[in-house]
Amino acid sequence: MKRFIFNLSLLAVLLASCAPVNLNAPMPAFETGIDSNAWAQIPAGEFYFGQHNEIQTTDAYEVMVTDVTTTQYADFLNAALADGYAKFDGEKIVGFYPGDEYNGIKHEEKIDAGDWLFIPLNDPSQRIKFAGTIFSVQSGYENHPMTMVSWFGAWGYCKYYESRLPTEMEWEKAARGTDERPFPWGEEIQLNNANYYSSRDPYEDMKSFGSRTSPVGFYNGQKYGVYQTLDSASPYGLYDMAGNVWQWTGNIYEGMHYRFLRGGSKDVYDMDLRVWVRNNATPTYVSPGVGFRCVK
Amino acid sequence: MQFVKDRFNYLFNSTKGLILVAIAMIGLVTAAWGMLSGPMAEIGVRDWVIRIFGMDLIQAEREGRIVILYHAIAMAVIAIETYMLTGLLKMKSFFKTAINLFITVGYMLTLVFGMGFAYFGHNWAFHGLYITGLSLIFFAGILLCVALYPWDKAYHVADQEHARLKSGVDLERVAFFAAAVTTVLSALFGAVPGSYFGNGFEVFLAENIIRYPEKTTMEYSVIGHLHIMLALIAIMLTLIIGRWLNFKGLWQKVAMPLMILGTIVLNLGVWGVVTPLEPIAHMVIYVGATPSMLAALFLLIWSWNKLIKDGTAHLAKPNFLQKLKALVQDPLKFGPTWQMLFMNFTTSGIGIFMAVKLDEIFRVWPAREERIELTGHWHALSAIIATIILMYYGDMLGLKGKVRQLYGWSIIIFSDIALAGVTVFEMKRLFISEAEQQPLVNGLMYTMDFGLGMLLLLLAIVMVWRLVDLFKPKGRWTEEAAQELSEEAAK
Repeated sequence: MKRFIFNLSLLAVLLASCAPVNLNAPMPAFETGIDSNAWAQIPAGEFYFGQHNEIQTTDAYEVMVTDVTTTQYADFLNAALADGYAKFDGEKIVGFYPGDEYNGIKHEEKIDAGDWLFIPLNDPSQRIKFAGTIFSVQSGYENHPMTMVSWFGAWGYCKYYESRLPTEMEWEKAARGTDERPFPWGEEIQLNNANYYSSRDPYEDMKSFGSRTSPVGFYNGQKYGVYQTLDSASPYGLYDMAGNVWQWTGNIYEGMHYRFLRGGSKDVYDMDLRVWVRNNATPTYVSPGVGFRCVK
Repeated sequence: MQFVKDRFNYLFNSTKGLILVAIAMIGLVTAAWGMLSGPMAEIGVRDWVIRIFGMDLIQAEREGRIVILYHAIAMAVIAIETYMLTGLLKMKSFFKTAINLFITVGYMLTLVFGMGFAYFGHNWAFHGLYITGLSLIFFAGILLCVALYPWDKAYHVADQEHARLKSGVDLERVAFFAAAVTTVLSALFGAVPGSYFGNGFEVFLAENIIRYPEKTTMEYSVIGHLHIMLALIAIMLTLIIGRWLNFKGLWQKVAMPLMILGTIVLNLGVWGVVTPLEPIAHMVIYVGATPSMLAALFLLIWSWNKLIKDGTAHLAKPNFLQKLKALVQDPLKFGPTWQMLFMNFTTSGIGIFMAVKLDEIFRVWPAREERIELTGHWHALSAIIATIILMYYGDMLGLKGKVRQLYGWSIIIFSDIALAGVTVFEMKRLFISEAEQQPLVNGLMYTMDFGLGMLLLLLAIVMVWRLVDLFKPKGRWTEEAAQELSEEAAK
């Protein structure tokens, strides 16, 4: 009998592991009240950069208060497609990128001038759909961060609106301000500070689809139903600078084709939400956990 | 008073007692600190542990804490291997006493004060004692090299069944000596950058900088150090298992020169990463790893052959099933080499696959995915080393009958279940997308936690049993106090 129960439990775990995931499972719709078109001013000056608080300086710049949303990206695609800035290439949208200098360093890959992937359209995780004439956003995701977008797609968006991706220093200063805090809001992290792995937010179900993105600016101190968030803005009033989605940054480093990501995401533990943590990927990488914002 | 004195004498003055203390220390640290990450953090146990123990965890110092935690556990493992060495090999009693004394004080200082410094506020006196502990272990290592000196005629062998030079120099002892000397040198390879980066707690984890094309000499040194130390712990353990099983004959005669060659070349390759030879260092490492792994394979072939022969000696013409039964009838003798074979699926195989497909597959994934493979495969190797030690310890305890079967098979099955789960987890991106992975991740987490949890439970049962035994006037400890490993190695 004991052996039967053990085997049955083992079988149940195995079957549960193979269960299909409903990528379009219903999700709560909350308005955060945060304007995704707003920009914050970052003053010129020194700040603490990196885990070991190296003093660095930036010029003044403006940065988006939230990540670029799916609605904003769909609007961009409609405009960019109309004037030839972006185009279809089979089941994906591509755009021109002028290429990078190639140094022939070990593991470095050539990024030549040409058309590069902005977004794939045939991936089930893509929330932007093309319905014959225009791009639209899957219902419920309108105020969520744009994901499934490559570095080129993020670079192209910012460039189209006469802005650019933040450098790693600009990103970190915007997230951290001028003190030594590890998180945009302060010293420690609690479950309702940010959307991260197993943070028990209303958008996740760890038994089935796992973590999902939350609307931009969700962690602003509001109560959504029974879920109370903590106001987790950065010192300059930016939201989602820790968790929700990794954010592409603009640096192109000599000898490597990788692009760097900051901020952690819904898919990682709290340690990766510390402001100095770096991630990187090839510029064509797309993921349901990667988005971006622009600076100018 | 005599009660305490007798127990203290057993625990700190006998090989088996010293090994028991070190295993218990590792078990306690693993149980407590295992609650600070992964699923335990997810369900809130981490916060509870931090509160109960009054830990002081500063976010910016996480990497530094982890480096000290790894060292605290690794030093206890190195102490266990050293006790096994001093118990198994011939050496002057002065050296045996001195080595065991220095390494015991050393690892205890390292573990207690290192963890105290890292997790309970920065008491710099604790940091000093932590460094003192590491220094004592280093000194014990130097003494061990002197004690093992294989060209001393007192250690020459005449037995034709053992690998030896014409002059009588014992090649197995040379292999131990080579591993000990290179371990001491490779410790320096970590001590120098350790002092450089540790001065102010400005440390990093190697897996986080793996993709940077330009690394400083100190960064290369750290990466080389962590790889070679784990490899040397594995090499030393392979030699220990060979001595325990009394590895001899043709296979041993071929294996020992290979092990010596592999150990030296592997180290030269790793040290080469901080020299202008860095571009070819990896090739040298592969060249060194191959004979070392071949030597381990020869130990496996010899030991399995022996187990089959011994187990079927009473049969005139044993069939396949009878041979198989003979092979697996003693899990504590079969297990160590089986785990070495299993390691090829969880560690070496993954490592080679990654090296071959690095740019094509793994470097297409984000760095955090690659980090999972990197940390996963060496955690798996560490766990395999731990299980092999536990199997040898089970044999040392003199476990017999059903208890021996239960203990041995539990270690093999539970650890292999957990490690198989880890391996699939590491490689999951090959066959499932990020968006669809959660049910699989959950299943794998249950598998890993079940395997590791049961293994820790088994260890806890053994430790409680040993603790209870210590209170008995004529407990097992009284016999073990006078026993020595060299007398018990297979004849």
